[in-house]
Amino acid sequence: MAKPHAPDALFRTLADPTRRAIFERLCRGGEQSVAALTAHAGVSQPAVSKHLGVLKRAGLVRDRPEGRQIHYSAQPGALAPLLDWTRQMAGFWEARFDDLDDLLKRMDQ
Amino acid sequence: MSETRAVVVEREFAHAPEKLWRALTQPHLIEAWLMKNDFAPALGHRFQLRGEWGGVLECEVLEIEPERTLAYSWNFAHEDRAYDLQSVVTFTLIPTPAGTLLRMEQAGFRPEQKQAFGGAHAGWKQFFEQLERVLEQA
Repeated sequence: MAKPHAPDALFRTLADPTRRAIFERLCRGGEQSVAALTAHAGVSQPAVSKHLGVLKRAGLVRDRPEGRQIHYSAQPGALAPLLDWTRQMAGFWEARFDDLDDLLKRMDQ
Repeated sequence: MSETRAVVVEREFAHAPEKLWRALTQPHLIEAWLMKNDFAPALGHRFQLRGEWGGVLECEVLEIEPERTLAYSWNFAHEDRAYDLQSVVTFTLIPTPAGTLLRMEQAGFRPEQKQAFGGAHAGWKQFFEQLERVLEQA
Protein backbone atom coordinates (compact mmCIF):
# COMPACT_ATOMS: atom_id res chain seq x y z
CA MET A 1 0.00 0.00 0.00
CA ALA A 2 1.59 3.24 -1.10
CA LYS A 3 1.48 6.00 1.47
CA PRO A 4 0.39 9.47 0.39
CA HIS A 5 3.40 11.39 -0.83
CA ALA A 6 4.06 15.08 -0.62
CA PRO A 7 3.99 16.86 -3.98
CA ASP A 8 7.52 18.18 -3.58
CA ALA A 9 8.87 14.66 -3.05
CA LEU A 10 7.04 13.51 -6.18
CA PHE A 11 8.42 16.45 -8.14
CA ARG A 12 11.92 15.66 -7.01
CA THR A 13 11.48 12.02 -7.95
CA LEU A 14 10.28 12.91 -11.42
CA ALA A 15 12.69 15.78 -12.01
CA ASP A 16 15.28 13.41 -13.46
CA PRO A 17 14.58 12.98 -17.20
CA THR A 18 15.81 9.38 -17.33
CA ARG A 19 13.66 8.43 -14.37
CA ARG A 20 10.69 10.22 -15.88
CA ALA A 21 11.21 8.36 -19.17
CA ILE A 22 11.23 5.02 -17.36
CA PHE A 23 8.03 5.91 -15.55
CA GLU A 24 6.36 7.10 -18.75
CA ARG A 25 7.35 3.88 -20.44
CA LEU A 26 5.72 1.87 -17.66
CA CYS A 27 2.58 4.03 -17.87
CA ARG A 28 2.31 3.41 -21.59
CA GLY A 29 3.54 -0.16 -21.88
CA GLY A 30 2.31 -1.81 -18.70
CA GLU A 31 4.40 -4.15 -16.56
CA GLN A 32 7.96 -4.72 -17.73
CA SER A 33 11.12 -6.39 -16.50
CA VAL A 34 14.25 -4.44 -15.57
CA ALA A 35 15.96 -6.00 -18.59
CA ALA A 36 13.24 -4.79 -20.95
CA LEU A 37 13.36 -1.31 -19.46
CA THR A 38 17.16 -1.22 -19.72
CA ALA A 39 16.98 -2.00 -23.43
CA HIS A 40 15.23 1.33 -23.98
CA ALA A 41 16.64 3.50 -21.21
CA GLY A 42 20.04 4.30 -22.68
CA VAL A 43 21.71 3.71 -19.31
CA SER A 44 23.10 0.62 -17.57
CA GLN A 45 20.94 -1.95 -15.79
CA PRO A 46 22.25 -0.96 -12.33
CA ALA A 47 21.34 2.65 -13.13
CA VAL A 48 17.84 1.59 -14.21
CA SER A 49 17.45 -0.47 -11.02
CA LYS A 50 18.50 2.54 -8.97
CA HIS A 51 15.94 4.76 -10.71
CA LEU A 52 13.26 2.12 -10.16
CA GLY A 53 14.16 2.05 -6.45
CA VAL A 54 13.60 5.80 -6.21
CA LEU A 55 10.31 5.52 -8.10
CA LYS A 56 9.22 2.70 -5.79
CA ARG A 57 9.99 4.71 -2.66
CA ALA A 58 7.82 7.51 -4.06
CA GLY A 59 4.99 5.04 -4.57
CA LEU A 60 5.08 5.52 -8.33
CA VAL A 61 5.90 1.92 -9.24
CA ARG A 62 5.27 -1.51 -7.76
CA ASP A 63 7.64 -4.47 -8.13
CA ARG A 64 6.81 -8.15 -8.55
CA PRO A 65 9.64 -10.69 -8.35
CA GLU A 66 9.32 -13.61 -10.74
CA GLY A 67 12.18 -16.09 -10.67
CA ARG A 68 15.39 -14.12 -11.13
CA GLN A 69 13.59 -11.23 -12.77
CA ILE A 70 11.81 -8.33 -11.13
CA HIS A 71 8.89 -6.86 -13.01
CA TYR A 72 7.74 -3.30 -12.47
CA SER A 73 4.41 -1.64 -13.09
CA ALA A 74 3.37 2.02 -12.86
CA GLN A 75 1.11 3.26 -10.09
CA PRO A 76 -0.26 6.39 -11.76
CA GLY A 77 -2.68 6.99 -8.89
CA ALA A 78 0.33 8.20 -6.89
CA LEU A 79 0.44 11.22 -9.18
CA ALA A 80 -2.93 12.56 -8.15
CA PRO A 81 -1.44 15.26 -5.90
CA LEU A 82 0.54 16.64 -8.83
CA LEU A 83 -2.45 16.98 -11.11
CA ASP A 84 -3.93 19.66 -8.95
CA TRP A 85 -2.96 22.97 -10.53
CA THR A 86 -2.13 24.77 -7.34
CA ARG A 87 0.12 21.97 -6.19
CA GLN A 88 1.87 21.92 -9.56
CA MET A 89 2.70 25.57 -9.18
CA ALA A 90 3.81 25.08 -5.59
CA GLY A 91 6.03 22.24 -6.81
CA PHE A 92 7.51 24.54 -9.41
CA TRP A 93 8.40 27.15 -6.78
CA GLU A 94 9.74 24.55 -4.35
CA ALA A 95 12.12 23.37 -7.07
CA ARG A 96 13.11 26.97 -7.86
CA PHE A 97 13.76 27.60 -4.16
CA ASP A 98 16.04 24.55 -4.15
CA ASP A 99 18.04 26.20 -6.94
CA LEU A 100 17.95 29.52 -5.10
CA ASP A 101 19.41 27.85 -2.02
CA ASP A 102 22.19 26.36 -4.15
CA LEU A 103 22.89 29.77 -5.64
CA LEU A 104 23.04 31.47 -2.21
CA LYS A 105 25.64 28.91 -1.09
CA ARG A 106 27.74 29.57 -4.20
CA MET A 107 27.52 33.32 -3.60
CA ASP A 108 29.43 32.77 -0.33
CA GLN A 109 32.47 31.56 -2.18
CA MET B 1 -11.72 37.28 -5.25
CA SER B 2 -13.56 34.00 -5.60
CA GLU B 3 -12.31 33.76 -9.17
CA THR B 4 -8.67 33.92 -8.24
CA ARG B 5 -6.34 31.46 -6.69
CA ALA B 6 -3.10 31.82 -4.88
CA VAL B 7 -0.10 29.66 -4.32
CA VAL B 8 2.09 30.37 -1.32
CA VAL B 9 5.52 28.83 -0.87
CA GLU B 10 7.67 29.76 2.11
CA ARG B 11 11.17 28.76 3.02
CA GLU B 12 13.74 29.96 5.51
CA PHE B 13 17.20 30.44 4.05
CA ALA B 14 20.34 30.65 6.16
CA HIS B 15 21.36 33.89 4.49
CA ALA B 16 20.83 37.55 5.23
CA PRO B 17 18.03 39.49 3.52
CA GLU B 18 20.63 41.63 1.73
CA LYS B 19 22.03 38.58 -0.01
CA LEU B 20 18.63 37.15 -0.86
CA TRP B 21 17.66 40.52 -2.27
CA ARG B 22 20.60 40.41 -4.65
CA ALA B 23 19.58 36.93 -5.81
CA LEU B 24 16.08 38.24 -6.47
CA THR B 25 17.08 41.44 -8.28
CA GLN B 26 20.33 40.96 -10.21
CA PRO B 27 19.70 39.53 -13.68
CA HIS B 28 22.63 37.10 -13.77
CA LEU B 29 21.65 35.79 -10.33
CA ILE B 30 17.95 35.56 -11.22
CA GLU B 31 18.97 33.50 -14.22
CA ALA B 32 20.88 31.10 -11.97
CA TRP B 33 17.77 30.01 -10.06
CA LEU B 34 14.76 31.12 -12.06
CA MET B 35 15.01 32.10 -15.73
CA LYS B 36 16.86 34.23 -18.25
CA ASN B 37 15.63 37.80 -17.92
CA ASP B 38 16.12 41.51 -18.48
CA PHE B 39 14.99 42.51 -15.03
CA ALA B 40 15.86 45.89 -13.54
CA PRO B 41 15.01 46.91 -9.98
CA ALA B 42 12.79 49.85 -10.92
CA LEU B 43 9.09 50.36 -10.35
CA GLY B 44 7.20 50.01 -13.63
CA HIS B 45 10.10 48.33 -15.42
CA ARG B 46 8.82 45.85 -18.00
CA PHE B 47 10.84 42.73 -18.55
CA GLN B 48 10.64 39.20 -19.75
CA LEU B 49 11.43 35.88 -18.15
CA ARG B 50 12.47 33.42 -20.81
CA GLY B 51 12.10 29.75 -20.05
CA GLU B 52 14.51 27.24 -21.50
CA TRP B 53 11.53 25.63 -23.27
CA GLY B 54 11.11 28.82 -25.36
CA GLY B 55 8.13 30.24 -23.49
CA VAL B 56 8.24 33.91 -22.54
CA LEU B 57 6.61 35.46 -19.49
CA GLU B 58 5.72 39.15 -19.72
CA CYS B 59 6.42 40.91 -16.45
CA GLU B 60 6.28 44.36 -14.90
CA VAL B 61 7.69 45.46 -11.57
CA LEU B 62 4.68 46.44 -9.43
CA GLU B 63 6.23 46.92 -6.02
CA ILE B 64 9.79 47.24 -4.86
CA GLU B 65 11.07 47.92 -1.39
CA PRO B 66 14.72 46.88 -1.02
CA GLU B 67 15.33 43.82 1.15
CA ARG B 68 11.63 43.63 2.03
CA THR B 69 9.21 43.27 -0.87
CA LEU B 70 9.34 42.64 -4.59
CA ALA B 71 6.24 42.11 -6.71
CA TYR B 72 5.91 41.70 -10.44
CA SER B 73 3.29 40.60 -12.87
CA TRP B 74 3.80 37.14 -14.31
CA ASN B 75 1.79 36.85 -17.49
CA PHE B 76 1.87 34.19 -20.12
CA ALA B 77 -0.15 34.90 -23.27
CA HIS B 78 -1.54 31.86 -24.99
CA GLU B 79 -4.35 31.53 -27.50
CA ASP B 80 -5.67 28.53 -25.59
CA ARG B 81 -7.31 29.92 -22.47
CA ALA B 82 -6.32 26.85 -20.54
CA TYR B 83 -2.71 28.03 -20.79
CA ASP B 84 -3.25 31.77 -20.72
CA LEU B 85 -2.04 33.08 -17.42
CA GLN B 86 -2.23 36.44 -15.68
CA SER B 87 -0.82 36.54 -12.23
CA VAL B 88 1.25 38.54 -9.78
CA VAL B 89 4.22 37.11 -7.95
CA THR B 90 5.10 38.76 -4.63
CA PHE B 91 8.25 37.98 -2.70
CA THR B 92 8.37 39.03 0.94
CA LEU B 93 11.61 38.86 2.92
CA ILE B 94 11.32 38.53 6.69
CA PRO B 95 14.52 38.58 8.75
CA THR B 96 14.85 35.69 11.22
CA PRO B 97 17.53 34.84 13.79
CA ALA B 98 18.91 32.21 11.40
CA GLY B 99 18.64 34.19 8.17
CA THR B 100 15.62 35.10 6.09
CA LEU B 101 12.16 33.72 5.64
CA LEU B 102 11.24 34.07 1.97
CA ARG B 103 7.55 34.02 1.20
CA MET B 104 6.42 33.73 -2.40
CA GLU B 105 2.79 34.29 -3.21
CA GLN B 106 1.53 33.89 -6.75
CA ALA B 107 -2.03 35.09 -7.13
CA GLY B 108 -4.56 35.87 -9.77
CA PHE B 109 -5.27 32.73 -11.70
CA ARG B 110 -8.69 32.21 -13.14
CA PRO B 111 -10.35 28.95 -12.20
CA GLU B 112 -10.46 27.61 -15.74
CA GLN B 113 -6.69 27.61 -15.83
CA LYS B 114 -6.19 24.05 -14.90
CA GLN B 115 -3.10 23.44 -16.92
CA ALA B 116 -1.12 26.64 -17.27
CA PHE B 117 1.80 26.88 -15.01
CA GLY B 118 3.81 29.52 -16.80
CA GLY B 119 7.43 29.30 -15.96
CA ALA B 120 7.45 25.61 -15.40
CA HIS B 121 9.50 23.61 -17.79
CA ALA B 122 7.77 22.55 -21.00
CA GLY B 123 8.80 19.03 -20.16
CA TRP B 124 6.58 19.26 -17.15
CA LYS B 125 3.71 20.58 -19.22
CA GLN B 126 3.92 17.77 -21.74
CA PHE B 127 4.48 15.31 -18.96
CA PHE B 128 1.34 16.36 -17.12
CA GLU B 129 -0.67 16.33 -20.31
CA GLN B 130 0.42 12.77 -20.91
CA LEU B 131 -0.29 11.80 -17.35
CA GLU B 132 -3.71 13.33 -17.41
CA ARG B 133 -4.47 11.24 -20.46
CA VAL B 134 -3.15 8.15 -18.72
CA LEU B 135 -5.25 8.87 -15.66
CA GLU B 136 -8.34 9.50 -17.74
CA GLN B 137 -7.90 6.09 -19.31
CA ALA B 138 -7.14 4.33 -16.05
